[in-house]
Amino acid sequence: MSAFAKPLKIALGLAVIAGLIIVPMNFNRYGLFILSQWAVMAIAAMGLNLTLGYAGQVSLAQGAFVGIGAYAAAIMTTHGWPLPVAVVVAIALSFAVGWVLGYPALRVQHHYLAFVTLAFSTLAFLVFRNESWLTGGIYGISNIPRPHILGIATSKPLPFYYVCLGSLAIVSLAVWWLIRSPWGRAFMALRENPLRAQSLGIDTKRYTLMAFAIGSALGGVAGALYAPLTQYIDPVPFNLSLSLDLLMMVIVGGAGFYFGPFLGAMIAVLLPEWLRFTEGYYLMLYAVAVMLLLIWSPTGILGILDRYLAERRTKAASALRAVAKSRLETVQ
Amino acid sequence: MNAVLEVTGIKKNFGGISAVDGVSFDVREGEILGLIGPNGCGKSTLFNCILGQLTPSGGEVKLDGKLVTGLRPAELNKLGVSRTFQLLQVFPKLSVRENLILAGQEHQGNMASRLVGRSDAGLTEAANQMIGFFKLDHLADEPAGGLSYGQQKLLDAAMAFMGGPRLVLLDEPAGGVNPSMLADLKDRLVAINREKNATFVVIEHNMEFVMSLCSRVMVMAEGKVLAMGRPDEVRKNPAVIEAYLGH
Repeated sequence: MSAFAKPLKIALGLAVIAGLIIVPMNFNRYGLFILSQWAVMAIAAMGLNLTLGYAGQVSLAQGAFVGIGAYAAAIMTTHGWPLPVAVVVAIALSFAVGWVLGYPALRVQHHYLAFVTLAFSTLAFLVFRNESWLTGGIYGISNIPRPHILGIATSKPLPFYYVCLGSLAIVSLAVWWLIRSPWGRAFMALRENPLRAQSLGIDTKRYTLMAFAIGSALGGVAGALYAPLTQYIDPVPFNLSLSLDLLMMVIVGGAGFYFGPFLGAMIAVLLPEWLRFTEGYYLMLYAVAVMLLLIWSPTGILGILDRYLAERRTKAASALRAVAKSRLETVQ
Repeated sequence: MNAVLEVTGIKKNFGGISAVDGVSFDVREGEILGLIGPNGCGKSTLFNCILGQLTPSGGEVKLDGKLVTGLRPAELNKLGVSRTFQLLQVFPKLSVRENLILAGQEHQGNMASRLVGRSDAGLTEAANQMIGFFKLDHLADEPAGGLSYGQQKLLDAAMAFMGGPRLVLLDEPAGGVNPSMLADLKDRLVAINREKNATFVVIEHNMEFVMSLCSRVMVMAEGKVLAMGRPDEVRKNPAVIEAYLGH
């Protein structure tokens, strides 16, 4: 790798962060809503990327965990609890439920696991819809307040966007730490070769449950932000299609790549908006774009970049070998 | 000499077939025990029963005199029992170095310290040493899946040694490895056996490799122990010649 690659990466990262802080300052209400939604969905997709992309455990239930987080936050904040407390409860609740949902993964994998999690997703939806004493049923919960953070009201769109962005930053750092820790390596070992992992002392059972629990907990965080973002929730947004959307974000962005969920969420949330000028056709165009992308690169957008970098590395390496060889020949 | 591993009457049935049929033997501290026999005679099944990958239908396994039958593979590994696989079992997308770091990481600290503590704590250093020891230096940053078959076999063996095991069960380490690399592999095994005082059980079909490496050889046929002894004794045993070595 070239010497300036790292400073360049850091500069690019800082520019993106600065852009995300400064540019939206003159966005209208709708633009800020979309961008906040991007931040929230990126958090949920990062959770799924951990479970699916790193640990290799298929889940069609991430949307249900967003729902669990959203309802926990909605119920608590409309009863006067501050949002940060509700976030902690949402994390604990979705962590615990995610842990339990991990047990089937100890017995079944791949498509079978997808079906188990799909059933859970349906179950969660039915609870949101039918247990109206708690969730308000089909009428949902309205007037969800936005929090005061450090004494500052965030009821306006811009401050609340910063709440979402700040949360995304915290989650991003936490996930970065996690995947670079031995836990992250153990998750990848589950994905790559569980048999080998076991024989190296990796407690595959515990790590599988952890992968589910932590991934789900991030879904819960996203939900706890989603509720005050929309300020009204009903069961519909948390049905199976949200789980499928989140799955698509992870796959399109690039499963198992750190930046995959950011890109995937951007495409899933922003692309439909950009294509809106095509009116009735935007969903079709969107669907075709996703299909073409996955045919071109089954490993998602970051998969393309990864392949390109790998090719360049190979070329550089063979060039070095050629130089070394010719030098050897000269010596002889 | 003390027995590191004592296996008594291990049985494993698959439906009506008894793949391992009452095998008993012990492995002495510091020795290299060879395990040979025709394909399908139950060698790998026996390994899997000892290592907790399969639950034996009967019999017991003792490690340092303690009963360990039924422990899970990860638990046995923490007690210092490690293995290599007949078929390649590496983490293909991770680099050679990451494969080795993974192989060592569960042997230090606990779950919590592996999350919040320093993630490496000497592991990279240990992995680099192992890379040097197995002469994989030029491949250290390559994804393991891109290595040749023989190189992956070496990596597989190197991974088994990362946690500093006392007992290593090697399942056909020489299979598919070219002659010059094989000589290297043998040197490495002997070095680890002597310097680290690690005990080995080696399944292998390459007779030259087995006979020159092992202090004792056990022959299996149809799920049972056919013979056990020094390589030269086993080689002359008529029953072994009949069942396996050929005339």
